[in-house]
Amino acid sequence: MKRSLLAALGLATGLAVPAAAEDLTVGLLLPFSGVYASLGNEIETGFNLGLAAFGGETETTFEIVREDTEVKPPVALGKAKKLILQEKVDVMVGVVSSGVLGAVRDMVHGAGVPLIVANAGNDEATGAACSPYITRMSFSNGQINRPMGTWMAEQGIEKVFTLAPDYAAGRQMIDRFSQSFTAAGGEIVGQEFTPFQKTQDFGPYLAQAKASGADAVYVFYAGGEAISFVKQYDSFGLKADLPLYGSGFLTSPLYVNAQGEAAEGVITALHYAPTIDNPANAAFVAAFTAETGRAPSEFAVQGYDAARVLVEAAKAGATDRASLAHALRQVSFEGPRGKLAIDPATNNIIQPVYVYETVAGEGALTQKVLAQLPAEADPANGCEMVPLSN
Amino acid sequence: MAHDLGFWILQALNALQLSMLLFLLSIGLTVIFGLMHFVNLAHGSFYALGAYFAASLAAVGGYWMGFFLAPVAVAGVGILLYSGLIKRMRKSGPMAQVLVTFGLIFVLLDVTRIVWGELALAIDVPALLSGRLSFLGVEYPTYRLFIIVLGLGIFAALAFVLGRTQIGAMIRAGVDNDAMAACLGINVERLFFIVFCVGCALAGLSGAVAAPLLSVAPDMGLQILIPTLIVIVIGGLGSLKGAVAGSLIYGFVQTFGAVLAPGLASVLIYALLAAVLVIKPVGLFPAKG
Repeated sequence: MKRSLLAALGLATGLAVPAAAEDLTVGLLLPFSGVYASLGNEIETGFNLGLAAFGGETETTFEIVREDTEVKPPVALGKAKKLILQEKVDVMVGVVSSGVLGAVRDMVHGAGVPLIVANAGNDEATGAACSPYITRMSFSNGQINRPMGTWMAEQGIEKVFTLAPDYAAGRQMIDRFSQSFTAAGGEIVGQEFTPFQKTQDFGPYLAQAKASGADAVYVFYAGGEAISFVKQYDSFGLKADLPLYGSGFLTSPLYVNAQGEAAEGVITALHYAPTIDNPANAAFVAAFTAETGRAPSEFAVQGYDAARVLVEAAKAGATDRASLAHALRQVSFEGPRGKLAIDPATNNIIQPVYVYETVAGEGALTQKVLAQLPAEADPANGCEMVPLSN
Repeated sequence: MAHDLGFWILQALNALQLSMLLFLLSIGLTVIFGLMHFVNLAHGSFYALGAYFAASLAAVGGYWMGFFLAPVAVAGVGILLYSGLIKRMRKSGPMAQVLVTFGLIFVLLDVTRIVWGELALAIDVPALLSGRLSFLGVEYPTYRLFIIVLGLGIFAALAFVLGRTQIGAMIRAGVDNDAMAACLGINVERLFFIVFCVGCALAGLSGAVAAPLLSVAPDMGLQILIPTLIVIVIGGLGSLKGAVAGSLIYGFVQTFGAVLAPGLASVLIYALLAAVLVIKPVGLFPAKG
């Protein structure tokens, strides 16, 4: 309804005055229902804030069409088709789950519609399955976990027990960590994968971790599982003898307050923490807090930077699908996460990774950044980038 | 990996704690089914509602307020649903009942989303039960012990009421043959209503008890539904003994499966379920012979 009204208004004004500025139609392809609905909303909030902050820098106007993927690959594919064929969008932004990304990849690649990935971290999406039309502004699983293996070995940790949910992302995250940790001289003394979204009680696994003789535990959990895991880890009193490390989704600002005191002292690595000290982040945190009343998460910054990269591409003169695809991969800027660029070999983002500890702050938990690990490009992982035709 | 005795005691306690949580949930479902022949798939949603009510009440008046009032609130929701919907569905066949209560799952899921939002909530363990107790050479979280004790307590209370009191005899008569029980002057409809309310309250209680251990998220009801159904199918429909046996089997198979055969952890319980269905399709301890 709203959209047709806007279109009618656009048509009326278009008749009155000759079109002065370009209009880009943006399809937001995010889960607004289903298990990742909170992530979809967080990314959308960040995206809208990004457009509000930087949209004024270009003459181009952006019209948003939002579609709900429901985190179901077949549904998402239908919605992507609708956006591409019916709404004729110039560019798509979104995709939270790697399963959904896999489902829409061929459609996006075949139709030549640029897609800015705002979450899905599967290494293959910018590896063997890479496409010049898919630009990732979020992270890759390897990018976050690889440097943490080296860093933990440097801290003198020798033996680690790992835990993660038993699905593609869980295995990939732990695999990348294990590779760099053992390459740096560490030893994995035990490794368990818990049934994904079927494990309510981590007690049996925690008892195994305790008995394994490890110096530390490294895990990947997200969402509800992350909350249960961190609380149960603390309730067994393991934190004192067996410090908990992980990929930063474990203690995301989105749900760290539900973990409460149990999250204190957990050390994790991620591409964003709301306490990163730079002016761009200060502006972003202020805008986000004014909007929602809480600190932004990594998901929000992914949406925010997706909007920023779109504005930058428009500023560079992109007006349609082909020129956008060309411009998006050449953008680089200083954002809340630090200096960002796109790797031309894979179209994956190059960004620093932050090691942070969750600590008690004034009234709520906050993130203390312990180390900033230098940005490095992912290995090509079998990506053979097809050159764009124009 | 060689493990010492303490490790196995710890795992046995883990198994027992999971069993008791499932017992609280499945006893309500199984008695409602046994007595009313009514398949209430929305039982898991009552569990989620219990956790949400407990989280909201705990934010106002502390953990114990949530613990005592959440079951009452869930029973209230149960009464509304009973008089508005379920009473009318009593005479329609099981297929219609399954469809309606299955639909209810999604309605209640979205209601919790709208009321409490997408983000997971948290409840702190009360000060009295936080920390750990040392015994038999192991340290175990006090709150988990509390769940075990509570489960055993509820079991004892239900065993007493069903086995030794007049209302228990009436319920057993109703389960056995409701038409004959009605002929003998038992108000079976009222009995149904009471049992339904108690079943809902127990689901709410298990939600409130599980909340500090897990996270309070909209889909928690869906996640627990399958384990609960497995428990009552293994144990046998409608009987207290079946619910206890089913819960214990589920808890121990799940826990020790995760330790001894991690690769098979998620398959084991389903294999067992299939075996029970083949060998004894009515379950291990069915209410009727």
